Amino acid sequence: MNIDLLTVDSARTAVLEKQTTATALVDAFYKKIDAEDAAIGAYLTLCKERAYQQAARVDALADKGDALPPLAGVPIAVKDVFATKDVRTTAGSKILANFISPYDATVVARLEAAGAIILGKTNCDEFAMGSSNENSGFHPVHNPRDHSRVPGGSSGGSAAVVAAGTAVASIGSDTGGSIRQPAAFCGVVGLKPTYGRVSRYGLIAFASSLDHVGPFGKSVKDTALMLQQMAGREPLDSTSADVPVPDYLDQIEQPVRGLRIGVPEEYFGEGLDPEVRSAVEAGIQELAKAGCEIVPISLPYTKYAIPTYYVVATAEASSNLARYDGVRYGARATDGKTLAEMYRRTRDAGFGAEVKRRIMLGTYVLSAGYYDAYYLKAQRVRRLLASDFDQAFTKVDAIVTPTTPTPAFKLGEKMNDPLAMYLADIFTVTANLAGIPGISIPCGKSRAGLPIGMQILGKYFDEPMVLRVGHAVEHAMAG
Amino acid sequence: MVTDKDVSYVADLAHLELTEDERTRMLKDLNSILGYIDRLNELDTTNVEPMAQVASRLDEGGATSGTEGFAYAMRADEPRPSLPHKEALRNAPASDGVFFKVPKVIER
Repeated sequence: MNIDLLTVDSARTAVLEKQTTATALVDAFYKKIDAEDAAIGAYLTLCKERAYQQAARVDALADKGDALPPLAGVPIAVKDVFATKDVRTTAGSKILANFISPYDATVVARLEAAGAIILGKTNCDEFAMGSSNENSGFHPVHNPRDHSRVPGGSSGGSAAVVAAGTAVASIGSDTGGSIRQPAAFCGVVGLKPTYGRVSRYGLIAFASSLDHVGPFGKSVKDTALMLQQMAGREPLDSTSADVPVPDYLDQIEQPVRGLRIGVPEEYFGEGLDPEVRSAVEAGIQELAKAGCEIVPISLPYTKYAIPTYYVVATAEASSNLARYDGVRYGARATDGKTLAEMYRRTRDAGFGAEVKRRIMLGTYVLSAGYYDAYYLKAQRVRRLLASDFDQAFTKVDAIVTPTTPTPAFKLGEKMNDPLAMYLADIFTVTANLAGIPGISIPCGKSRAGLPIGMQILGKYFDEPMVLRVGHAVEHAMAG
Repeated sequence: MVTDKDVSYVADLAHLELTEDERTRMLKDLNSILGYIDRLNELDTTNVEPMAQVASRLDEGGATSGTEGFAYAMRADEPRPSLPHKEALRNAPASDGVFFKVPKVIER
């Protein structure tokens, strides 16, 4: 069996129809990881014991001829920001290098209950702060399509394993583009659902009002199958929404004829790489050919999204990361003589440069005298950015943009210029600020062979529309 | 403009010490990023309510059904099972088996 070709659906079918066993699949994936992951660096921890136990459970069900759960035998990977019981959970940070989680994140538990097999935990930017995965406290990830380039971030490992075929699918978190941007750079599909659609319980918090949980897959359909098991109200996350979960495959293959597709001029302006522009325009042409009405729209506040994001996100981060003080868990510096000195030395030694930068910026914008000027101001502009989308969605069913201004950049290229790195998220942060769903799908390649991503944005809880348009473009581009 | 003094003050608030090199770099980076953030002042937001979170917005906008009042986000304030003591201490950098241990807070 060629495991490179496995999808969520075909992996389960292979186990169901006894073409293989879940245990044999796990064997094959670990063999591939052993051979290939050292050059990519996508995995931080493999959880073999847990994976084989889960495989044995699935195989026992298959042997008995019992009905198999929807993701039975599907080998997946989990970004290392999700708590996994009795497995090391680091958030890509040295401060949590030896942290063993005492419980499972809700999504982890749900995916396993649905039969998925967790192969391991994937590398990421420290506390999910970054756009290149170079801020990992352990080692960078190389883009499987070109090892001299970054996989994107912060969920770089989770995008890379799907691109490299060292997992069939994976999950990540997206605070400002951390699922969609690496999906675009690695040439896979990445879905950020509506805020509240998927429980954040057990997700190590970065910026709670912007943090989202979502899947990566080789196809739009694979992400739909993953989301189906992840979505739904859960009381342990009080912001998880009490909105019914539809069948995400129900409309995915429906023709897109007659849909109104908005194309915002602000996402096609200065700074957009010409090859990205022409690839995304070609994708839009495919939608037009399929009978969509292409509607030029304007989202006038777009240029304020990055500054708004970096106030709100860092303010929330500075608060969320206050808990890492070397007292209850995590590393502790031993040279602090007083309690305050112990806190400072622990945090100095445990956090990387970008995390310290964001804690400092966030603390600054929340500090006395600056709170109104920065934090409240950004929250007001956040509402304007969200209302941009409200107005647009009175005229269109979905919005199509490039996912990123350029294809994957070289390792080291932006590491000395934080602002340049922040601008890598310019087309993705808006959906986090507004809370609307967005997907990135592969949309052609550059002349150098680098993947290019198209982003499709939808109304609140209209994941079915986002998936449907994504599926249509995916199939038109493949044909 | 952020100054050296601001960096020290904010580092203190954030429980960070920072080396001399880190402070120099931080001063430069904060000024560069805050300079960019200043473009928010081009906008008059006098009559715009701050948006602290998405959920409150879904509630007010009628963007979807089933979110009225977010009553479901409330729960009874009742004790529930929590992590066993031993489990909660398992990741502690220093513990005596009952409590977390920290450097002495009060000098006698």
